[in-house]
Amino acid sequence: MAGAETPELARAAESGGADLIEIGFPFSDPLADGPVIRRAAERALAAGMRTQACLENLRAIGELVGVPLVPMTYASLLEAYGWERFAVDARDAGASSLIVADLPVDAQPELSRVQLVAPTSTDERIALASERTDGWLYLVTVAGTTGARAELSPALAPLVARTRALTDIPLYAGFGISTPEQAAAAAELADGVVVGSAALLAAEEGAGALERFVAHLRAALA
Amino acid sequence: MTTSTYGEYGGRYVPETLIPALDELDRGWEEACADPSFREELERLGARYVGRPSPLYETERFAPFGRRIVLKREDLNHTGAHKINNALGQILLASRLGKGRIVAETGAGQHGVATATVCARFGLECVVYMGAEDMRRQHPNVERMRLLGAEVQAVEFGTKTLKEATSEAIRDWIANVETTYYLIGSCVGPAPYPSIVRELQAVIGREARYQMLETYDRLPDAVVACVGGGSNAIGLFAGFLDDAGVRLVGVEAAGAASLGSGRPAVLHGARSSVLADGDGQVLDAHSISAGLDYPGVGPEHAALRDSGRAEYVTATDEEAVAAFHRLAETEGILPALEPAHALARALDLDAELILVGLSGRGDKDLAEVLQI
Repeated sequence: MAGAETPELARAAESGGADLIEIGFPFSDPLADGPVIRRAAERALAAGMRTQACLENLRAIGELVGVPLVPMTYASLLEAYGWERFAVDARDAGASSLIVADLPVDAQPELSRVQLVAPTSTDERIALASERTDGWLYLVTVAGTTGARAELSPALAPLVARTRALTDIPLYAGFGISTPEQAAAAAELADGVVVGSAALLAAEEGAGALERFVAHLRAALA
Repeated sequence: MTTSTYGEYGGRYVPETLIPALDELDRGWEEACADPSFREELERLGARYVGRPSPLYETERFAPFGRRIVLKREDLNHTGAHKINNALGQILLASRLGKGRIVAETGAGQHGVATATVCARFGLECVVYMGAEDMRRQHPNVERMRLLGAEVQAVEFGTKTLKEATSEAIRDWIANVETTYYLIGSCVGPAPYPSIVRELQAVIGREARYQMLETYDRLPDAVVACVGGGSNAIGLFAGFLDDAGVRLVGVEAAGAASLGSGRPAVLHGARSSVLADGDGQVLDAHSISAGLDYPGVGPEHAALRDSGRAEYVTATDEEAVAAFHRLAETEGILPALEPAHALARALDLDAELILVGLSGRGDKDLAEVLQI
């Protein structure tokens, strides 16, 4: 989540072995998020992290790390800022792409972004998302919001199989993946794993804790 | 095809997980509308279970000199508000779709009670999300829902009111979308919900128009209804939209004027006029009336405002409470605090024959009113 400590945290995540870092731009009503990310968004908003501050934060992060940075946010921020203007300014601030959690593939088709597909998505929608996505496809492993789950979702394997049959682009799996074991299991299926809530919890313990957490995930994927 | 946008408002701004469920809902609704047995069942239950048609009643002592104020008595429906019209229609739809579990949000508790009621009637599991602050100020409705067999989930974060309860109901739906039907309470949310709720509430306006012609041999000069999410207003307005001579007046709570003070933003799956800051962050609404305490509004109202077909004004907490007392003392009717906002503006509206949507009864508000 964007904030004063985020540049240092991003550097720690990179040192730990992250290949790409999502930066949350907080929204007041994040429908796709469970309690950990929702609370992080509340704290960020209380600290004044509005769109302009988030973009400046992104620039500061980009000065410290070399891996791709991807803002993850909600449609209302783009609606207020201007869809195209947001995309241009985010790229200018160092974003390699963009994730909008509540913007399905058929909405705002001209806005280039990483598309999400879910276990409930039809093959037709997966094909459209594959065609329109920017670089890689985000596989939502569960029907649910972000946050840790006890087990890796059994819905991931069939979702990967269906998606693989339709596209060759890289598939990164996220939502509900919190432990090195789950990450390893997900990586058997997909090309990459996205860890959000668990990384935020580690980051609350400081940059060192986040770096160790990411290193454990990285080791499990080796 | 169900209406998905109203001018530049509406749409579907939800996580991908929900899109197939919304498509299923869209198809199910179209099939239901095309099926005479669905209409017949809805009308039969409306008459025998809800008590429709609700009467028109012309106030004797409430209206100021020189004006006639006629009430459309949705407060006399079973469960005491217009919410049952929508809950009944959607529960029939949920049954057609084969869903055994219902989730809903509630603010004042009227939609929660209506949902718990129809779930009891149809034997479906019912979970209602309600802000902790609303559970305090609308406590009788919490007890009613529990007596009806519903599970009431307190929402303890953020504003602890309808906005957060709606977000939590949608999150529950995302997590249980295969088995669960989301029974939304107002003409808000992602398409096709706004048009489904509007069609189910349009019975208010259809009846009222017929009753006006039957009783007065003319249409009202103005139709006035309170607007939170806007379902009772859109249902009442629906009967008069094509009557250019009839003024349509929506009354928002002064501290929750999504149409009066809002800007285009995305909330709960739709683009509409929302109380939001310049960055698209949704602001807190404030109203004594839990049912109007919501920073968003149905997209069709935003379009009606822009087109000028309807006008939207506000009433303060104090004005609503004064109208509440006045109706109680002059007519022997305790209105809910929500339609008390509409009553307050009807009192000073420059029109001769005024139809007001009395959307619910005030029993639930006694504690709040007596506190003042």
